[in-house]
Amino acid sequence: MTDSLPAAPPAPPFRPGMLIYDRRYRSLTFQVIVFILVMSLAWWLIGNTVENLSRLGKDIDFGFLFNRAGYDIPQQLIPYDSDDTHLRAAVVGLLNTLLVSALGCIAATLLGITAGVLRLSRNWLFARLMTIYVETFRNIPLLLWILIIYAVFTEITPAPRAYQGEDGRQLILGLVAPTNRYTAIPAIVAEHSPGVLELGRIHIPWLAIMFIGLLVAAVVIRSAINSRARRIQGRTGRRPVTWWINLALFAVPPVVLWQVFGLHLELPALAGFNFKGGISVDNSLVVLWLALTLYTGAFIAEIVRAGILAVSRGQTEAAYSLGLGPRQTMNLVILPQALRVIVPPLISQYLNLTKNSSLAIAVGYMDLRGTLGGTTVNQTGRELEGILLMMLVYLAISLIISGVMNLYNRRVTLKER
Amino acid sequence: MRKSVFFSVAAATALVAGASVAAEGDTLAQVKSRGELLCGVNTGLVGFASPDANGNWTGFDVAFCKALGAAVLGDSSKVKFVPLTGQTRFTGLSSGEVDVLSRNSTWTFSRDTDLKLDFAGVNYYDGQGFLVPKSLGVSSAKELDGATICIQTGTTTELNLADYFKANNMEYRPVNIDSNAEGEQQYMAGACDSYTTDASGLAATRAAFANPDQHVILPEIISKEPLGPIVRHGDNNWGDIVRWTLFALIAAEEYGVTSANIEELAKSSQNPEVQRLLGTTDDLGAMIGLDKEWAKRAIAASGNYGEIFAATIGEQTPIGLPRGLNAQWTQGGLLYAMPFR
Repeated sequence: MTDSLPAAPPAPPFRPGMLIYDRRYRSLTFQVIVFILVMSLAWWLIGNTVENLSRLGKDIDFGFLFNRAGYDIPQQLIPYDSDDTHLRAAVVGLLNTLLVSALGCIAATLLGITAGVLRLSRNWLFARLMTIYVETFRNIPLLLWILIIYAVFTEITPAPRAYQGEDGRQLILGLVAPTNRYTAIPAIVAEHSPGVLELGRIHIPWLAIMFIGLLVAAVVIRSAINSRARRIQGRTGRRPVTWWINLALFAVPPVVLWQVFGLHLELPALAGFNFKGGISVDNSLVVLWLALTLYTGAFIAEIVRAGILAVSRGQTEAAYSLGLGPRQTMNLVILPQALRVIVPPLISQYLNLTKNSSLAIAVGYMDLRGTLGGTTVNQTGRELEGILLMMLVYLAISLIISGVMNLYNRRVTLKER
Repeated sequence: MRKSVFFSVAAATALVAGASVAAEGDTLAQVKSRGELLCGVNTGLVGFASPDANGNWTGFDVAFCKALGAAVLGDSSKVKFVPLTGQTRFTGLSSGEVDVLSRNSTWTFSRDTDLKLDFAGVNYYDGQGFLVPKSLGVSSAKELDGATICIQTGTTTELNLADYFKANNMEYRPVNIDSNAEGEQQYMAGACDSYTTDASGLAATRAAFANPDQHVILPEIISKEPLGPIVRHGDNNWGDIVRWTLFALIAAEEYGVTSANIEELAKSSQNPEVQRLLGTTDDLGAMIGLDKEWAKRAIAASGNYGEIFAATIGEQTPIGLPRGLNAQWTQGGLLYAMPFR
């Protein structure tokens, strides 16, 4: 108890010179210095901006977001009119950005995987066609593609008025009317509508909720059935027949809804200047979506090709020797392994596509850049605040996308046991 | 080593600080030392501001800049024209990219106060109208319910349009465009039923069409759009120079001073106000930091207000705008130059 440990040798006294000459402290010293310099530069930049603004008689104030916006937006996912605030206009724009980005990411992935696989195909024609596609879209700036596709849509399609009169144009299949402003397509309406769910000013038809609910249920049940089939196959070696259950899962609910609520198509019809009834899909959305899809699809095709080439040739040979066909080999052996290489650069492409959607202004699609960063900033003169907000929002979107995709990446990476 | 890093950072800091201060301050001194007036104009609106095949800018707004250049620098050719869109114009002026903005811009409360701009006066009293093809069979803006309308973003016309249709309980689909050229293209391609902007701009746009007589400007004028040159808030002397150059052009028309008779009147005019305007007596120029003959040079550059109007947008030009509200106050119009004394 009283036996004490020998005292530790006294540490050498600390001298300021050691901050530079002692290797233990040196790296720390420099990091502190650089940190202070960077922080003072940032501090000075912010201070300088604020001072210059105040010298111009401007202050930094986000109050403008709650003033009346006063302008209209052609396409809106939530109700909006010119009496609403700039903030709501910005949200409308943000939703438009998210809409075109989500549609773009899905379509570009499908296109990219197809083109990437086909480029490696042994079919000479397919492979060359895909090479031409990839090289033209990859090497010409996106803005030009947007403008070219926009010009094609505007110049080739007729004005809505061309559909009027006795000898006017006919709707394609009597259903679809492409015009130089929008494409009018039929809407699905119910004869005995179950009404709408009112969330403030947002009205969602119960029918849509039911349909989505049934769809989700079908997907969940399908995966349960499939995993049960796998278990039985693993135990007995015989897989129960499931295809008719799966088919019924997806086919029966719509038929039931259709019968119960008397669903029918509402055809677009010309009334006055424009089509009324049906759904009018703005050309600006279609053009932007198409351009983003084709452009990003070309990059994704290259990523997919690289991923497939990264899987050793022996894997294919092994699969063939087990009796798998080329299709099964690709789907069950090659692609799952290639995903490890594909997913990280794919995340970057999704981020690029989302950020590139801000080129929407070229076709008058009112996304976040068009509402908050365009008209709002211009009508209120709050450039700095508007741009700062926009940067924050894009940053947040990008971080969320890459966060979610990284979760997915962790699932498909090689698990070594 | 630490010292050298510190000093280079400090030097860079000082450089950036110096550059940012230069954007403000004495505009007149900057223009003189630069030897060039930077004038923000429309990206292309025939009659008001558009470049010809050789890149020479001409038009109503351009002529004002030339007059200002002549007044300040003694030479109307020392003006550099900077095309700015509806969205970039005020930022361009605020950031010092241009010294003056002469670009069909409407004088509104928020622009004058919140955007920290100063309007030097009104050189064109305008109002918003609608252009439609004759084939549409529309004779009034009230019949435009449900129409698709091309509108330039970031303009007062965008806000007026929303208000007008709301007030008349009508609906419309906006097609947002960035410049007059884009609006013209979309309108001609039939992507919108009607194009709306200031009536003068519509007349100018229509004049550039291959067959202007197939398009009509509807009779409704739905807003007041007083257009005029703009400067940054805070440099009052520069604001005075721009304001009084505009008044000099208007007063010259009122007193019958034209580019043809200006030399003669400068020598022989018995009208004391003309004498002061042309610098024969008194020295008004010195009060705003210019010489005696500043106004004389401004008027000689492209003529007085009436001459400029007639040469660029008047009834003898393809644009064919009547003087209307823009006649002298003595002729029943609104043009009224403050006294030169």
